[in-house]
Amino acid sequence: MDFSFSDDQIMFQEAMRDFLANECPPEVVRAAWENDSGRTNGLWAALVEMGVVGMTAPESAGGLGMDETDLVLLLEEAGRAALPEPLLEHTAVGIPTLAAAGGPVAEAWLERAASGEAILGAGTDQGYAVGAATCDLVFLIGEQVRAVPVDEATLVEHRSVDGSRRLFEVDGEAVVIDTDPALAFDRAAAAAAAQCVGVAQYLLDATVEYVAQRYQFGKPVGSYQAVKHHLANAALKIEFARPAARHAAWCIAVGDPDRSRDVSLAKALASEAVDLASRTALQCHGAIGYTYEYDLHLWMKRGWALSAAWGDAAWHRNRIAVALGI
Amino acid sequence: MDLSFTPAEEEFRDEARTWLAENVPAEPLASMDTPGGFEEHREWEHILFDARWAVVSWPERFGGREASLVEWLIFEEEYWASGAPGRVSSNGVSLLAPTIFDFGTPEQQDRFLRPMARGDEIWAQGWSEPDAGSDLAGIKTKAQRDGEFFVIDGQKTWCSRGAFADWFFCLVRSDPDSERHAGLSYLLVPVDTQGLEARAIGRLDGEPGFAELFFDCARVHERYLLGGEGEGWAVAMATTGSERGLNLRAPGRFMAAADRLVGLYREIADSRGPDLDRRDQVVGAWMGAQAYRWQTYATEARLRGGSPIGSEASFMKVLWSELDVELHATALRLMGRDGERADSSWMDGYVFALSGPIYAGTNEIQRNIISERVLGLPRR
Ligand SMILES: Cc1cc2nc3c(=O)[nH]c(=O)nc-3n(C[C@H](O)[C@H](O)[C@H](O)COP(=O)(O)OP(=O)(O)OC[C@H]3O[C@@H](n4cnc5c(N)ncnc54)[C@H](O)[C@@H]3O)c2cc1C
Repeated sequence: MDFSFSDDQIMFQEAMRDFLANECPPEVVRAAWENDSGRTNGLWAALVEMGVVGMTAPESAGGLGMDETDLVLLLEEAGRAALPEPLLEHTAVGIPTLAAAGGPVAEAWLERAASGEAILGAGTDQGYAVGAATCDLVFLIGEQVRAVPVDEATLVEHRSVDGSRRLFEVDGEAVVIDTDPALAFDRAAAAAAAQCVGVAQYLLDATVEYVAQRYQFGKPVGSYQAVKHHLANAALKIEFARPAARHAAWCIAVGDPDRSRDVSLAKALASEAVDLASRTALQCHGAIGYTYEYDLHLWMKRGWALSAAWGDAAWHRNRIAVALGI
Repeated sequence: MDLSFTPAEEEFRDEARTWLAENVPAEPLASMDTPGGFEEHREWEHILFDARWAVVSWPERFGGREASLVEWLIFEEEYWASGAPGRVSSNGVSLLAPTIFDFGTPEQQDRFLRPMARGDEIWAQGWSEPDAGSDLAGIKTKAQRDGEFFVIDGQKTWCSRGAFADWFFCLVRSDPDSERHAGLSYLLVPVDTQGLEARAIGRLDGEPGFAELFFDCARVHERYLLGGEGEGWAVAMATTGSERGLNLRAPGRFMAAADRLVGLYREIADSRGPDLDRRDQVVGAWMGAQAYRWQTYATEARLRGGSPIGSEASFMKVLWSELDVELHATALRLMGRDGERADSSWMDGYVFALSGPIYAGTNEIQRNIISERVLGLPRR
């Protein structure tokens, strides 16, 4: 039993954090809300350059041959920065699904995906595929995993409350991928859990900073116990969701027999953490947090979306019950 | 990162499981908060000690196996899963011993640790006073120097199993002119000290599990001073780190309780049909125990990497204590009309769980610590 990350993993996380702090400030996220694609201008190429985009692809396909335990820390950082780029769909779900399936689809797409030249999307049969219009190949996960090339597909777009998430119904000629659909779904749910943890952490940090400098009644509002205890409760949820999310990543990486149950543990805890963090953040900011101009809502709305995506807390709690045989 | 157990860890788990399966008493012992039950639990500590399971992480010369922290956590998982009795020596072993390892002289370590581990000397904590609960720095019990002795006058209260214990670890004011955190000392007091009287108080369950301690010119030799004179606060804070963090209440205890709750749901659903609301509460309890487990293994890795736990222990204290209440409350609700019956282990567990958010620093105090020391919010 060793829950420590290697020096290399920590260095990669720190590099990602620094990169996003410089290159993905709130203005960049806001711009993605307004533009046609819902994505940033140029960050994908920079993430390819850093090795992030193709990291889960085998080295033979031009990737870094890394696994979910390497990726999970970067997904937390992506959440913390509210990065509007498809790392979940492409790097956490698409590439490993392709690599495991092999065959002609992998031959056609894997190297191009590893180099970031082709972008992989993901969604569910019943739900939406986020950002499908900027993808080349979309995986639709249901009873089977089906791959739909986007240039021949019909897309119907809907707007998300998070302006950077463009939601698509995808209909088109599909190839059935030879892979376990539950595994593909779990990859997405575990990645969403890691991002929820990152979003929640940002919301907590930003609120701690705000309440320490906002004065009312002659004192910082953060000195009032009611505010303190709200924030302590949010911190508690995050503290216990994070290790579960990291454990879920490990379960996927090693093919643990309890993977689905423990991915559900992670996603349920992470959804609950980000839900509480966003309610707490808004309440402790007061009206300024309720404005469109102030940046807080960029994270709150990402939190709402990710909390519900790939199974909300109730869905995952039900799946745990089934796994426990009750 | 490797979240599987090594072959050596698995072997350790098997050995513990096998021994427990063969040795755990078939019938539950009487409550350790009663005079008879206390002695039954003491006997059980002897059995554990003689098989070297009482203090697995301690050095061999004090009766341990020098087990790693991970092995200790594994032991706790197996211990509670086996349905073994509560640990009557835990205030000594979990709270005082880490402090003796850190602050005790070699003589004190040789004198106290083995008898504590074997249950020959069972310890109780004498900190709280009638006017000093959460505000521990407000304690008034005095310990005046008189040559090689300290002369103690004052009163302690809420002392768990203080009516039966052999020794007390007390926080006292050794400098009569001092205030608050300064001038405190940490004294180890034998029960047969002249001028010390312990009077039992009934707890919520009606058993005499609390004691008030009255000190009237009670003389204690300076060899029983733990840490420096006047440095009691720092020594005591080391103890609270153990109390709140994983020493006192490891995840295994709650994992075992959550598994029993899942079993209870299954039994009741088999006879009365499913109840999805209550099933979700059962899942919530199971999730809490698992969340605590993974957070603890993550903390173990941080400790091994050289970072101390510190104020983060407050996260654990809030989690396990509130989880324990929810878990037992869920069980009682599941039991329907039998929930209120006095003769179930779930009701006993519920009554005890309710004290978790109060002892070891109330959860309001823990949330103050989280917000001020972990998050860094302004104190005033
Ligand atoms: C089962 C049990 C076993 C115990 N065993 C021992 C033992 O063996 N030895 C021992 O020394 N003590 C023991 N205690 C005592 C325990 O340490 C105290 O009960 C605890 O420190 C709280 O003190 P108090 O009861 O005086 O409550 P108070 O401090 O009077 O608190 C009353 C309420 O006010 C709240 N409050 C107080 N200050 C603040 C603040 N600053 N901010 C917000 N809220 C606040 C508290 O959270 C609580 O809700 C035990 C208690 C219990 C219930």
